[in-house]
Amino acid sequence: MNNKNATPPTGNMMNSKNSNNLQRISQPPRTGPMGHGGPMAMMKGEKPRDFKGTMAKLINYLGAYKLAILVVMIFAIASTVFSIIGPKILGRATTKLFEGVMAQISGNGSIDFTYIGQVIIFVLGLYLLSTLFGYIQGWVMSGISMNITYRFRKDISQKINRIPLKYFDGTNHGEVISRVTNDVDTVSQTLNQSLSQAITSLTTVLGVLVMMLSISWQMTLVALVILPLSFLIIGLIIKKSQVYYKQQQDFLGHVNGLVEELYSSHTVVKAFNGEEKSNEQFNSFNDTLTDSAWKSQFLSGLMFPIMNFVGNLGYVAICILGGFLATRNLITIGDIQAFIQYVRSFTQPITQIANISNIFQQTAAAAERVFEFLAEGEESPETANPVKLLDVEGQVDFRDVQFGYDPEKIIINDFCASVKPGQRIAIVGPTGAGKTTMVKLLMRYYDVNKGAILVDGHDIRDFTRADLRKMFAMVLQDAWLYNASIMENIRYGRADASDEEVIQAAKAAHVDHFIRTLPEGYNMVLNEETSNVSQGQMQLITIARAILADPRILILDEATSSVDTHTEVLIQKAMGSLMKGRTSFIIAHRLSTIRDADMILVMNKGDIVEQGSHDELLARKGFYADLYNSQFENIELI
Amino acid sequence: MLRLIKYLKPYLLLVLIAIGLLFVQANSDLALPDYMSRIVNNGIQQSGITAVVPSAIRQRELDKLAIFLTAEEKSLVQADYYLVDKGSIGYPIHVTQYPVLSSEPIYILKTMDKSEIDRLSPVMTKGLVLLSFIQQAMADPSKAAAIGQGLGFDLTKLPPGTDLFSLIKKLPEAQLIAMSSSINEKFNALGSNLAEQMATSAVKAEYIALGMDTTALQTNYIINTGISMLLLTLLSVMCTIAVSLLSSRTAAGLARDLRRNVFHKVQSFSNAEFDKFSTASLITRSTNDVTQIQMVVMIMMRMIIYAPIIGVGGVIRAIGKSSSMWWLIALAVIVVLGLILIVFSISLPKFKSIQKLIDRLNLVTRENLSGMMVIRAFNKQPFEEQRFDKANQDLTQTSLFVNRIMVVMMPVMMFIMNVLSVAIIWVGSHQVAEATIQVGDMMAFMQYAMQILFAFLMMSFMFILLPRASVSADRIADVLETNQEILDPRIPKEFYIPFDATIEFRDVCFRYPDAEEYMLQDISFTAKQGETTAFIGTTGSGKSTIVSLIPRFYDVTEGSILIDGTDIREVTQRDLREKIGYVPQKSNLFSGTIESNLLYADENASKEALKDATEIAQASEFIFSKQEGLQAAIAQGGMNVSGGQRQRLAIARALVKKAPIYIFDDSFSALDFKTDSALRKAINEHLGSSTLLIVTQRIATIKNSEQIIVLDEGKIVGKGTHTQLMKDCEVYRGIALSQLSQEELA
Repeated sequence: MNNKNATPPTGNMMNSKNSNNLQRISQPPRTGPMGHGGPMAMMKGEKPRDFKGTMAKLINYLGAYKLAILVVMIFAIASTVFSIIGPKILGRATTKLFEGVMAQISGNGSIDFTYIGQVIIFVLGLYLLSTLFGYIQGWVMSGISMNITYRFRKDISQKINRIPLKYFDGTNHGEVISRVTNDVDTVSQTLNQSLSQAITSLTTVLGVLVMMLSISWQMTLVALVILPLSFLIIGLIIKKSQVYYKQQQDFLGHVNGLVEELYSSHTVVKAFNGEEKSNEQFNSFNDTLTDSAWKSQFLSGLMFPIMNFVGNLGYVAICILGGFLATRNLITIGDIQAFIQYVRSFTQPITQIANISNIFQQTAAAAERVFEFLAEGEESPETANPVKLLDVEGQVDFRDVQFGYDPEKIIINDFCASVKPGQRIAIVGPTGAGKTTMVKLLMRYYDVNKGAILVDGHDIRDFTRADLRKMFAMVLQDAWLYNASIMENIRYGRADASDEEVIQAAKAAHVDHFIRTLPEGYNMVLNEETSNVSQGQMQLITIARAILADPRILILDEATSSVDTHTEVLIQKAMGSLMKGRTSFIIAHRLSTIRDADMILVMNKGDIVEQGSHDELLARKGFYADLYNSQFENIELI
Repeated sequence: MLRLIKYLKPYLLLVLIAIGLLFVQANSDLALPDYMSRIVNNGIQQSGITAVVPSAIRQRELDKLAIFLTAEEKSLVQADYYLVDKGSIGYPIHVTQYPVLSSEPIYILKTMDKSEIDRLSPVMTKGLVLLSFIQQAMADPSKAAAIGQGLGFDLTKLPPGTDLFSLIKKLPEAQLIAMSSSINEKFNALGSNLAEQMATSAVKAEYIALGMDTTALQTNYIINTGISMLLLTLLSVMCTIAVSLLSSRTAAGLARDLRRNVFHKVQSFSNAEFDKFSTASLITRSTNDVTQIQMVVMIMMRMIIYAPIIGVGGVIRAIGKSSSMWWLIALAVIVVLGLILIVFSISLPKFKSIQKLIDRLNLVTRENLSGMMVIRAFNKQPFEEQRFDKANQDLTQTSLFVNRIMVVMMPVMMFIMNVLSVAIIWVGSHQVAEATIQVGDMMAFMQYAMQILFAFLMMSFMFILLPRASVSADRIADVLETNQEILDPRIPKEFYIPFDATIEFRDVCFRYPDAEEYMLQDISFTAKQGETTAFIGTTGSGKSTIVSLIPRFYDVTEGSILIDGTDIREVTQRDLREKIGYVPQKSNLFSGTIESNLLYADENASKEALKDATEIAQASEFIFSKQEGLQAAIAQGGMNVSGGQRQRLAIARALVKKAPIYIFDDSFSALDFKTDSALRKAINEHLGSSTLLIVTQRIATIKNSEQIIVLDEGKIVGKGTHTQLMKDCEVYRGIALSQLSQEELA
């Protein structure tokens, strides 16, 4: 309830999804064993910042379904009204029966079964209509809510592809995923259940009130007196139990956190003989949790019996008062019977209504997050008159480039360089020096703050993004492949490539042989974690993908830390054949690459600190020389 | 579920008390409709008159009544009533109760004894009913014919105004007997229920005639019954609260015990057992699964046990009210259960597929996010949108289908209940007409029917709950029942003093539990004290596995490992690990401060020792550039410091231990070369007397080691110094070549 905003571990998220679903099965909204929503549902959830605005947006979003929702409302009201009238009319049958019996006893009459039969058939008709309307209402509403859910998800997915990469500097992926699933789901559930529940509850309360008044105002008064009493009690219990509930959740969080921490560091615990320490710490956490857990459960468990008690109080009061009035012939037996049913069905919708504001708050909070995401700024618009190049040379120029992820903190200052077609540029620097920044600028994932980057003499902002990116291909260290066959993954480089072309590309990338050894060859589907091929092989596949794309300019990341020797050699060969005749930007780790590069860009703390050839840089005895010597120290000793 | 039952033992008493209380609660809940039916039957219909034996009766009425009684019955009546008139002793009291006494003598009931009244009841019922027949006939001649038939002579022929009773009295003995028997027949045909209702109505008439306040009688009855109901309700709520208390305590207590046992068990696991379950699964088992069990135990105690009690009780009471209408309830139960069964059998498999479709949607979203750069680089946004749309549509359609099936549940369930109450009224009213039940009984029956239906609903709820809970329970039991494979020896040896930190592997083979292939084969080497032994090889060559055998994270499958000449399996794990400073591949830090993490190795380490350790680990620069220094907070897993910093802190932590043996399991990987070399220099300077074991992928890191062991597919393929290996070992040369260019190696 309260960690919507956090990014739940996937496993947990699945679990909670699962339990939501099961709750949906096992808790029909209106009756059933736990039908009154459970005490926890009354707990205050999170609040949106702008309730009205979000609701207005949501209603606007519902636009196309306004008419359908109106129909749903009418049906819901009709269904409720019909089912509410039932008991009172049925009461007439009981009254008639009672009168008949009295007459029979005093010997001057009998029971009028024709009348009773008519009443019963009429009431059955009412119930049938109510059921029918209720079902139609549910049918239409689930259609609407599913459609809205679908649209929400679709909009989010499209948004993901248009949002600038910058957005993810401050937001992690988990949050976005949580919006697609949890938040959208909350909204959908509200639409599906709570909306019609709100309508039916309201109708029920009003309808029952009218029916009760029509039977006896005195009895209604008694029934109503009981309400504030029950609200008072509920209020008190909630207030108390909320404290413990929060405590329980906090301590549960602590215990779970501790478990997670110690289990994932099991080796360390063992290595440092820390088991006893862990046990002690755990025991004390566990005991505190237990203490608050039972108190919280107990208090929230009080709600049901006490509500029940108050309900019974009303029941008894109605029995007494009803009996009293009946002896004076002010009301009939059937009225008492109907009234009892009304009183029993009165408290539940009221608790539901009390709950609904909470639910709407939560929904608004969820919807707000979704709308916020959908309202995020998108990539800057494409230029009005894009340049189209028929033939790309591969000349890249940097002119006084200034850039910072945060405009306040410029990290690249007035960088100038000119790269001729076919040249190799090595980007070097310690870990975390920001070597991928150049990649992001070239591909226009980010735009420069000042200055310009030019390809074949044109500012890259004068191309459409699609055209610009067509000139490039990337092979990154974090080889991204998706859950599809290897064939499809390579074809990702060029959608219209034939199978033969794909295989040619794989051959050029020296991965053809490996693929053929796999169980289904090119048709083997990469599993969700892409754990059925090794890191190195994944990289070879991404190289094949880049070869297939056949771009003029390349971006390569050499880092191959977790690759075995054999694959390493293959990757090196594959990259070599890929770079032939292409302008290449290489995030370099291998000495040979660095030494052979036409230009080395040395980066540190985000900035380009030095540039030049290997020999020039060594001669300068600056940062590069330092780095070079530490990396390859002692070599002279051999 | 049953595998965990023994953990419930300490709470057995609480559970039993709870069950007892549930019985009380169920009984009082079930009694309520009964009381309501009494209000209707006795309070309203019979005006609060419950007995057919009137507490008083006018003398002339009793005389008339006596005509229809046998001599035996007459004497019974005479014995229990005594005559009171103006002259009697109790007159002033009696006359206020029965004002008619002032004008005529009355009989007053002597006895309050229940058995006596029970004997008197049928007699008085018969008398009163027959008396009212005659009186009706006298008051309304049109009915006389019908009644007369029963009496054996035609009453209509009598002249109006004839006192029938004096007439009957004068009848000859034989005719009287004949008449009595025919009257009895007619009376018996009435059935006892209707007869009693008629009798009470006659008693009411008599009370009015006696001048008694019958309204007060009725009101009192209703209020008294109402008070009983309130008391019952109070009892019920107290039971519920008590059960709620007991169940919360039991559930929370059980959860605590399970959580503690699981946690302690897991702490004692070796890596072998850990691998068997996987960390993520163990976390779920100790947290979510336990919480799941806690919830189920609570719901069980509060509702699931209650359901059959109230169900069976409801059935007994309903049958008590009307034995012939049970089939209505049975039918309703079958229909409701059938509905649930159908709905669930259609939707449950779909729910499973929904889960898969949600996973699919999440996967595509995740891929879209993680592959953002690649997707845009290849201009694949439309393709990805299509892929998402497919997953989205699949999910939407299946959810819609399931939703629409589930939507059936509520209205139809309500409908079944409504039809049930209507049917009870229809069938019940016929029974009321036949006087087998009264109206109040029928109303009570309706309520019992609902209670029974809910009991069955609750029980079906159990069938959803239990399978899920039993999955959790099994998962917990699996952990608790796992036996540790690595145990301390029964009679542990101790290391010699002075301790020589030389490690010897003797023909060690190792296979992961359940694995077919050996991970390590024929590993033999000696790592001498004061020297550095390095392990290098490709991923999966077994280099990390070798060093994890030394602290006994796993035990060797064959061969042995000796430290200081002692087999490591002959000392306690504690003593063994006391000697080892271990830096794991994943440098796990604990949440807390930098200091608390360093002190984890040795709680009593001095400030100096911490400072030295951080110096050697090249960590002091970044630690003291922080404002809080050693007190700087560390988030769980050390996620708030960079990978390199994390690694240096993990190294510092091990150094605080001042151990004779140090194991660095690929612990320099996140360090840049500059830091790496500085660190190695410092380690060589300060830890010269310890045995150092270093696992790495970087040639540069280990080039100066005294001994380098090259591994390939679990076997040693080279052993020696860098220079030797460059000459003799193909694998080593391969690795070196890929990292350094030829000329630099030459």
